Amino acid sequence: MYDFNNLYEPKDIREALQMKMEYPNALILAGGSDILIKIRSGRLAGCDLINIYGLEELRGICMEDDGTILIRPLTSFSHVTAHPLIKQYIPTLGEAVDQIGGPQIRNIGTIGGNICNGVTSADSASTLKAFDAMLELSSINGVRILPYAEFSLGPGKVDLREGELLTGIRITKDSYENTYGQYLKYSMRKAMDIATLGCSVNVRLTKDKKAIDRLRIGFGVAAPTPIRATTAETAGNGHVLDSSLLDLVAGKACEDVNPRTSWRASKEFRMHLIKELAKRALKTSIEKAGGKIDG
Amino acid sequence: MAKKLITCTINGEKVENYVDVRASLTDMLRNDYELTSVKKGCEVGECGACTVLINGEPFNSCIYLAIWADGKDILTLEGLTDKEGTISDIQQAFIDEGAVQCGFCTPGFIMSSLPIINSDREFTRDEIKKNISGNFCRCTGYQNIVNAIEKTAKARKANKTRQK
Repeated sequence: MYDFNNLYEPKDIREALQMKMEYPNALILAGGSDILIKIRSGRLAGCDLINIYGLEELRGICMEDDGTILIRPLTSFSHVTAHPLIKQYIPTLGEAVDQIGGPQIRNIGTIGGNICNGVTSADSASTLKAFDAMLELSSINGVRILPYAEFSLGPGKVDLREGELLTGIRITKDSYENTYGQYLKYSMRKAMDIATLGCSVNVRLTKDKKAIDRLRIGFGVAAPTPIRATTAETAGNGHVLDSSLLDLVAGKACEDVNPRTSWRASKEFRMHLIKELAKRALKTSIEKAGGKIDG
Repeated sequence: MAKKLITCTINGEKVENYVDVRASLTDMLRNDYELTSVKKGCEVGECGACTVLINGEPFNSCIYLAIWADGKDILTLEGLTDKEGTISDIQQAFIDEGAVQCGFCTPGFIMSSLPIINSDREFTRDEIKKNISGNFCRCTGYQNIVNAIEKTAKARKANKTRQK
C-alpha cells in the first residue's frame, strides 16, 4: 500500500485544472516513477495526489497545420521513441529518451513528468532545450506559452504557477527542419542509471554543406538545471567545417557550464566530459547532416 | 480508505474487484488473485521481479497503481501455461539452458522476454540484453537467460516459416 492521503481523480483536463486550483498542495501524479518511489521512501508520505494518468486527451503525438510537432505530456518515453513523426523529424529526441532507465521505466515514465520534475539529469531535457521546445501551461484562467529555456528555475524547481498544468510540448518546423543531431549520455551503466553528463547537439548546415548555418547545444548535469550552451553556439554559427571547429566549440562550452562535484563524479571529470561529449556529438551531427570536417 | 471498482482482463479472463486506491498492481495480483509469480522484490521499479504485461507492454507492477489497471489487459506468468498446467516453450527453454538458479527473478525475466519472442523481427543479442536491462538476476550471470530467449525466438520463427 502506498502511503498517500487524498487521491483526487479528475475525469478530464478541465476538472484536473479545477482540482489543481482547489488543492494547491496536491501533487500531479502522471506515470509515478518518481512520485510513487518518493512516497515509498517516506519523503512524500502522506501527500495528496491528483491522478491524471488516465487522461487520454493528454497522451499522443501529432503534427499541427503549420508543421509544428505537438507532444502531449503523458506520452510514455517508449511511445515517443516509436512514434513515426518523431522517427522521421526529430529522431534525436526518440534516441535520447530511449536511454532512460530500462524498458519498464520507459513504458510508465512520461515526457511531461521528466520536464516538470525539473532535475538537471532528465534525459529528455537537453534535447528538448536544444530543439527550442515551447511549453503549453494551462490553468482554469487560460493558457500560457513559455519557451522551455525559461522554465527551469533551479534544481527541482520549475516555473509552474498556481493552478498550472503542463498540457503540451511543441517543436516548430523551423526548429527541426533540415536539422540533424545526437544525444550522448555518459553514465556508469548502459541501463538503469542516471546521466553523469548528457549532451545534445543539433546542426543545420549551409546549402553547400561547407559551414554551420545553425548550431544548438543542450547539456544535462552540467549546471543546476538543464542548460543551453549559448556561447558555444554563437562561436559555431557560420563557422566553416574545418579542424579548428570542434575544439573551438568545446572550449567555448566550458564558459556556459557550471558543473558540481557529487558522489557520481567530480567537477573536473564533468568538465572533461563536457568538452569530449560536445566534440563527439557535434562531429556525429555534422556527419548525419551530410557534412565533413576538412572535407 | 476509499475503494474503487476495477474491471480488467487478467490472463484472458474478465474480472472485477473492489481495490484500495493505495494498492499497487503487485498487491492486487498477489493478494486478490493469488498470482504469486508476480514477485515483490525492490518495490521501487529497479529489479523487474514484478514485471507483467499491460496491453502487451512490460511494466513494473510495483510502481503501477492497481486502479490504473481498470479496462486494461494484464498478463502474468501464470497466463503462459495451458489449461492442464503445461509450461510454455520459453519456460522450458529457461530450464533447459540453466537460466534459473534461485528462480526469484525468473517470472519477471520471462515476462520481459515476451515482446522479443512474440515479435516477427529478429533481435540481436545486444537488443535482447537491452530489452531485459530492467530485470536483475543475482545468480545466473545473465548469459544463460539470453541464450534461452534467443533459442525460443529462433524456434518460434522457424515454426512460423514451416507453417507458411
